[in-house]
Amino acid sequence: MAPEPPLLTMSGITKSFPGVRALDGVDLDVQAGEVHCLLGQNGAGKSTLIKVLAGAHQPDGGTISWRGEPVVLRSPIAAMRLGIATIYQELDLVEGLSVAENVHLGHEPTAAGFVVRGKAAKKSTAALLKRLGHAEIDPGRLVGDLSAAQQQIVSMARALSHDVRLIVMDEPSAALDPDEVDNLFRIVGDVTADGVAVVYISHRLEEIRRIGDRVTVLKDGRAVAGGLPAKSTPTREVVALMTGRNVEYVFPRRPAAPAPAEPVMRVQGLARAGEFASFDLDLRPGEIVGLAGLVGSGRSEILETIYGARKPSVGQVTVEGRPLRPGSVRAAVRAGLGLAPEERKAQALLMLESVTRNVSVSSMSRFSRGGWMDRGAERRAALAATRELSLRPDNPAVPVRTLSGGNQQKAVLARWLLRGCKVLLLDEPTRGVDVGARAELYAVIRRLADEGLAVLLVSSEVPEVLGLADRVLVLREGRVVHTAPARELDEHRVLDLVMEGTS
Amino acid sequence: MTQPASPPRDRTDKVPPTAEPPVWRTLAAHADVRTLSLLGVLAALVVIGGITKPDEFLDTRNLQLVLTQGSVIGVVTVGMTFVITSGGIDLSVGAIVALSSVWATTVATQEYGFAGILFTAVLVGLGCGLVNGLLIAYGGMVPFIATLAMLASARGLALQITDGKTQIVSVEGVLKLGERDAYVLGIPPLVLVFAVVTVIGWLILNRTTFGRRTVAVGGNAEAARLAGIDVRRQRLYLYLLSGLCCGIAAFLLIILSGSGQNTNGNLYELDAIAAAIIGGTLLTGGRGTITGSVLGVLIFTTITNIFALNNLQSDVQQIAKGAIIVAAVLVQRRTASTT
Repeated sequence: MAPEPPLLTMSGITKSFPGVRALDGVDLDVQAGEVHCLLGQNGAGKSTLIKVLAGAHQPDGGTISWRGEPVVLRSPIAAMRLGIATIYQELDLVEGLSVAENVHLGHEPTAAGFVVRGKAAKKSTAALLKRLGHAEIDPGRLVGDLSAAQQQIVSMARALSHDVRLIVMDEPSAALDPDEVDNLFRIVGDVTADGVAVVYISHRLEEIRRIGDRVTVLKDGRAVAGGLPAKSTPTREVVALMTGRNVEYVFPRRPAAPAPAEPVMRVQGLARAGEFASFDLDLRPGEIVGLAGLVGSGRSEILETIYGARKPSVGQVTVEGRPLRPGSVRAAVRAGLGLAPEERKAQALLMLESVTRNVSVSSMSRFSRGGWMDRGAERRAALAATRELSLRPDNPAVPVRTLSGGNQQKAVLARWLLRGCKVLLLDEPTRGVDVGARAELYAVIRRLADEGLAVLLVSSEVPEVLGLADRVLVLREGRVVHTAPARELDEHRVLDLVMEGTS
Repeated sequence: MTQPASPPRDRTDKVPPTAEPPVWRTLAAHADVRTLSLLGVLAALVVIGGITKPDEFLDTRNLQLVLTQGSVIGVVTVGMTFVITSGGIDLSVGAIVALSSVWATTVATQEYGFAGILFTAVLVGLGCGLVNGLLIAYGGMVPFIATLAMLASARGLALQITDGKTQIVSVEGVLKLGERDAYVLGIPPLVLVFAVVTVIGWLILNRTTFGRRTVAVGGNAEAARLAGIDVRRQRLYLYLLSGLCCGIAAFLLIILSGSGQNTNGNLYELDAIAAAIIGGTLLTGGRGTITGSVLGVLIFTTITNIFALNNLQSDVQQIAKGAIIVAAVLVQRRTASTT
């Protein structure tokens, strides 16, 4: 390409935290107008690297050049002034402020230096939203009232409201539906056509194929490959670079034929007004049933209603012939249900606590007499449960927050394994879990099913549902529109069913 | 530095400076850094007290007094620690102590003697805790607001009962426990109660399912709920526990002062919260330490004592307390970010 100096050059960047060398001499160069993808497993150093780039972390060593000039990014403001904007995975918007106020936060158009010119802010925000293809978002609305996808658009508008030359996007597609992802890619295409560079972080290889120009792969705080062609580098090679071994996106084999058995859980006519209508399901021991559907199709709501976390309008859940008290999590747990919720950190984990305590939290009565904890028995049982799932590190005394996403998920699974649950409800079990660890989680889930557990799986990734489940229920707008064995479906068919009539 | 000759400093001076790092390192490896730093502050205060008023401060009777005075607020702080660990707050503790102490010392109650006073104090504490707990756990009220309302009403009720007068206790058994040289098992009775409450509190928080649930609710209430914990019932129990501690503290205060007054327990809520926070309990919940809270109480009580011995006014004490809270939290933030 052009022989002009790269927009951004980072070389030999090092950064240590107490006990961890997060970056161990990373090189990265980004050209104006390109989409540069950053790949790596959790803990490879992606987050630290982009925080250095955003001025949020100061590197211990290495140099950063901007348009050929060496620079020091002392603070997020310094990075912003150069024209570097970062859109973090956890959106940093103020929910109590309007769209326009968020977009202009920190650089409001003012009169006399301090009076905010609200109309001007709204007008420029509306122009930005239009450019992003979302003119329907009202700049006056509160950000807290918007959907996750819309909030992301607002984040993007905020980035573009500065004179931006480089946008860093940390897993922007994680919370988006396929059509929203398409819009995101269109926007990425638009801004790069204007000469803006995008550093794009994602776990999804197929996305990187679609929009990426070059790929840099990080592993253990080093760039193991820099500037590979994004479209032509074989998947095997990329995965091998990330994991250090040759791993395919593998699913465990299904047992030849699921043994016929009495259903362990029956759901009859379950419904919640405005969310989903008349959901029926017979779930047998050893069976994995997948729910496929878009965000908003009611899939998470169904799971949470079965679990008692939401109260159904009508309908009934029976476990082993006994009806559950509607709207009672405790009744569901006592009957043998376990939920691995979508938002692990917010809904499942006690982040300040050890793995042991996170695993034992649902089975405390088993390790106590008269309320008195037998900590030895607790420790041994937690260790056994985490070992059975090969949770790493092999030391349940460590705080759960230090684990990778995949291992945190295993801690949640170990909780229910220890409890001895009969029905496991999995909501997006591999969200935020890197490719290598996914295959391992799939194998764990299948093994638990083979051992007699019944699993109800929700995932927004169709290949995951098809690869893991025995039977698939396709949801659209709160209704089951199709039921079939997974082997009789393919991705296109499911996507057709999911999207049909919605386009 | 000059070397004044009083016992505690002699002991510290004997440790050669070169031997210090390994000693600290081995200790730090086995104990909580926070607890150690609090112990260090307490030790420093003892040294200051020893230097400024060597004879009065280190007198056994004075040290007993420090512990006795700390016992009342100490018992309240143990209950407060549980509430804060669960992510809540109890602003009504001082008012509950006042109400319990006056209800337990009315002429009518005193007719039932020692047991009547004790029983009433505890029951009133539990009753207030029950109201707090029900409003918060099942009424969905924010703890700050519910207990603020309780603060106002309990104080009002206490004033109504006493009409602003001090209610002198005439029950022999109670007065006896309040005498200067009253000992139970060789320990001043208030200190004994404080010690027992502390030990039980520590055991409950660290060794029982109740303690685990408290931490879980404070760390992540939604996760606790989805893990099958009855979050609401746990919250109710926690405010009951705090009320119980207030009732016990009220009884101790009756012993100590030989009376019941509607002005009792003034600003206890702030002292208890401050002691828990400098002890290392997270105001946002999810982490609590009884040991830290007790050390926090002892630090505050020691400061009050040293200031009183040196004839410094309470305004100076308040300023010093404020400074200590700020310093303790800043130090904790620093140690938290480097470990």
